[in-house]
Amino acid sequence: MPFIHKDGKDTIIFASKEDHATPSKIELPEPEPSPGLLLSSGEINWNCPCLGGMATGPCGLEFREAFSCFHYSAAEPKGSDCYDAFKTMQTCMVQYPALYGKKEGSLEDLEDEDPMEEHGKNLEVDSKGSHLESKVKELPRTSSVETGIEQSNAK
Amino acid sequence: MIEPATHTCSILHKAKLGPSKMLSGRIIGRLPKLTRHSHVNHFFRPLKYIGIFSVHNLRYNSNENNKVYKSPGTTIKPEECIPEICGKPDDSQKSNDKKPLPPYWKILATLFIAGVTIYAISISNWFTAKKSDLQKDVSKREKDGRRIRRSFQKSKSPSTSNSFPSEIPYLLIGGGTAAFSAFRSIKSRDPRAKVLVITEEEDLPYMRPPLSKELWYNRDRKISAQLLFKQWNGAQRSIFYEPPEFYSDISNLSQSDKGGVAVATGWKVIKIDIPNKTIMLDDGYEIKYEKCLIATGASPKNLPVFESIQDELKNKIITFRTKEDFLDLEDIVHNVKYKNIVIIGGGFLGSELASSLAHNLPKNKKIYQIYKEKFIMDQVLPKYLSEWATKKSMLEGVNCIANSEVEDYSYKGGQLSLVLSDNRVIDADQVIVAVGVEPNTDLAKASHLETDPKIGGFLVNAELEARSNLWVAGDAACFYDIKLGRRRVEHHDHAVVSGRLAGENMTGARKPYLHQSMFWSDLGPEIGYEAIGIVDSSLPTVGVFVKTTNSDTSITSVSSLNETTQPSNEEKLNTQSSLQLNLKKEKTSECSDNSKVLLEEPKKYGDFGKGVVFYLRDDIVVGIVLWNIFNRMSIARQVLARDTKYDDLNEVAKLFTIHDD
Repeated sequence: MPFIHKDGKDTIIFASKEDHATPSKIELPEPEPSPGLLLSSGEINWNCPCLGGMATGPCGLEFREAFSCFHYSAAEPKGSDCYDAFKTMQTCMVQYPALYGKKEGSLEDLEDEDPMEEHGKNLEVDSKGSHLESKVKELPRTSSVETGIEQSNAK
Repeated sequence: MIEPATHTCSILHKAKLGPSKMLSGRIIGRLPKLTRHSHVNHFFRPLKYIGIFSVHNLRYNSNENNKVYKSPGTTIKPEECIPEICGKPDDSQKSNDKKPLPPYWKILATLFIAGVTIYAISISNWFTAKKSDLQKDVSKREKDGRRIRRSFQKSKSPSTSNSFPSEIPYLLIGGGTAAFSAFRSIKSRDPRAKVLVITEEEDLPYMRPPLSKELWYNRDRKISAQLLFKQWNGAQRSIFYEPPEFYSDISNLSQSDKGGVAVATGWKVIKIDIPNKTIMLDDGYEIKYEKCLIATGASPKNLPVFESIQDELKNKIITFRTKEDFLDLEDIVHNVKYKNIVIIGGGFLGSELASSLAHNLPKNKKIYQIYKEKFIMDQVLPKYLSEWATKKSMLEGVNCIANSEVEDYSYKGGQLSLVLSDNRVIDADQVIVAVGVEPNTDLAKASHLETDPKIGGFLVNAELEARSNLWVAGDAACFYDIKLGRRRVEHHDHAVVSGRLAGENMTGARKPYLHQSMFWSDLGPEIGYEAIGIVDSSLPTVGVFVKTTNSDTSITSVSSLNETTQPSNEEKLNTQSSLQLNLKKEKTSECSDNSKVLLEEPKKYGDFGKGVVFYLRDDIVVGIVLWNIFNRMSIARQVLARDTKYDDLNEVAKLFTIHDD
């Protein structure tokens, strides 16, 4: 039994693990909608904090172009028609080395990131998710990044 | 495949992919509680993200190749952790056991490898570059003494108003968190937006919470001097939201077809002509705007007794709000001449600062905390929890002086002494006044804006709009919360949430304030809590805590608050934290030696180690404190949203799985 004590207007309950073993009878309302990177409409949420300052910084426009291109790309493989957009973005970014960096050594960093999970989640709202997934599987595994992916997948 | 270095990371992965939230919670719960673990834990899931993009944030990471702990949360920026936007609450995770692969990232990664893009690159240069400057700054500071700074006139950048545009689509007055959040929101929704931020501060936008928390936990003072701190996951970042390169040059802003965000620092807006949509700078220069935001924040209050102190004492009696205040105090407390540090105020800032200082400074420094209430956090936490927190704080080494106010002071032979309400006198080498803030509403009078006579701040509607084309966000906004009534909130997350909403509405969203902001506080390394809604200790509360084996015993002591008890017993009872207690015991007894300035006999208290506290108004839950449990804010939001009477709050408490870590 939980131990209940009254301290003036304040009630204190001490509950043991057993006291809370049965599921709660309370039903909660739906959580607030939280769209993540992709809105339920499938559009990109540029205000997603997960983008950091990418969409709002000095190369924000270029970034948006490139990312949109990729997101809506119907090419095979996806994004292969976005070379120009990425190139433009890159051209902008090299002008801000302090902001976007210029060394290429951080593939290692990528490895340890866990980009997977949330994005996977985001893609659930994207009807094309499984479609994309099947395509991804066809991609060759070549580099350390792939290793990173592998690693994450295994988890 | 998994290197040792990534081990923690992999544990996290497993945890998150595990079948139950419980497992996830437990492992996360074990993370060192150093920084905004709690806050971040709650939100970090959303943030790990397409690696490629999150790498952008790596520039905030360690510049010392800190690969020890590279969890996904590395990319977290607390101020960005906005669940409304990116977070699926925990519950969604349950149904998510089987994660689909993240095809985007893979493909992007492939593109990356193919050399299509190089943008996903570690960006630590900013700090490396800045470091040298800063270090120069530090050494200069050490030589000249920082104390001179306070007498300096504010320096303006740009130095004259010639380079200001005469017209700007988006004008933000104030350069703190609310303004940052607003311009990010504006730029997200209007990609070519031209935003001009005009701030009285001399700095680019930065976050304040670490100033009383994480920054004090840096082992290396040089790191603190650079205003870098460790996030919950061990990754280092700056308090600055964006590096200088992020911002546009103010003189080019008008011409730029890409738009941008420019910041004018050290400038004051003295008037808004609302019908003509024009602001006036302190030198008389006028700028026309299309949409304007007031995000002027708040300024620390002082005590009347210190209002007319002589100049030579102005450095000895300070308030604490800005990064400069932090740098000053950091300097002072490490000066051997400063032994008695006195903090006045028992609220968030005073209590956090006292704990942080007591925990991190050498023992020969005495940290006093003077407050007029019986216990710290008196206006926020129910009495028993206040008391418990006070005890914990004392165990950290804080010399608590309760029920006390500063009536007078004396300054003789270079020694400052404070005269307290019971005529007790204590020596103070440094005094920090932390007695709250008041919203900066200077603009109101000249601009004919209405302020709230009771709670202060510019009056705005539920869309944070004061007048046509004019919004207010952050500490200075007295807004109408559709759910909880008229409020003004002085918390970091509120600045984030309201700034974002204002930015959305400035770009035409017309949304009311619906998403509740939260707040968090840390009192030393052992107590951290998060809260949401109306958290006011004058309301009736129901707290549900984890019962430990000794809870039954300890609860009796709670009920008999004024009885004298045997401290030795208590130590035995408190098996969980006994080690800590013993470690700190020396300090405590030191406290007792000064028992005159302390609370009476240490009282026994229940073990309120972990739990949830509901605050009720007309029997409806209007506020929730998550006490030493983390990652559950979304549940709290749902409970608040239900907006009905609960017959049995213990049932509600079950939802929070307080027994899981």
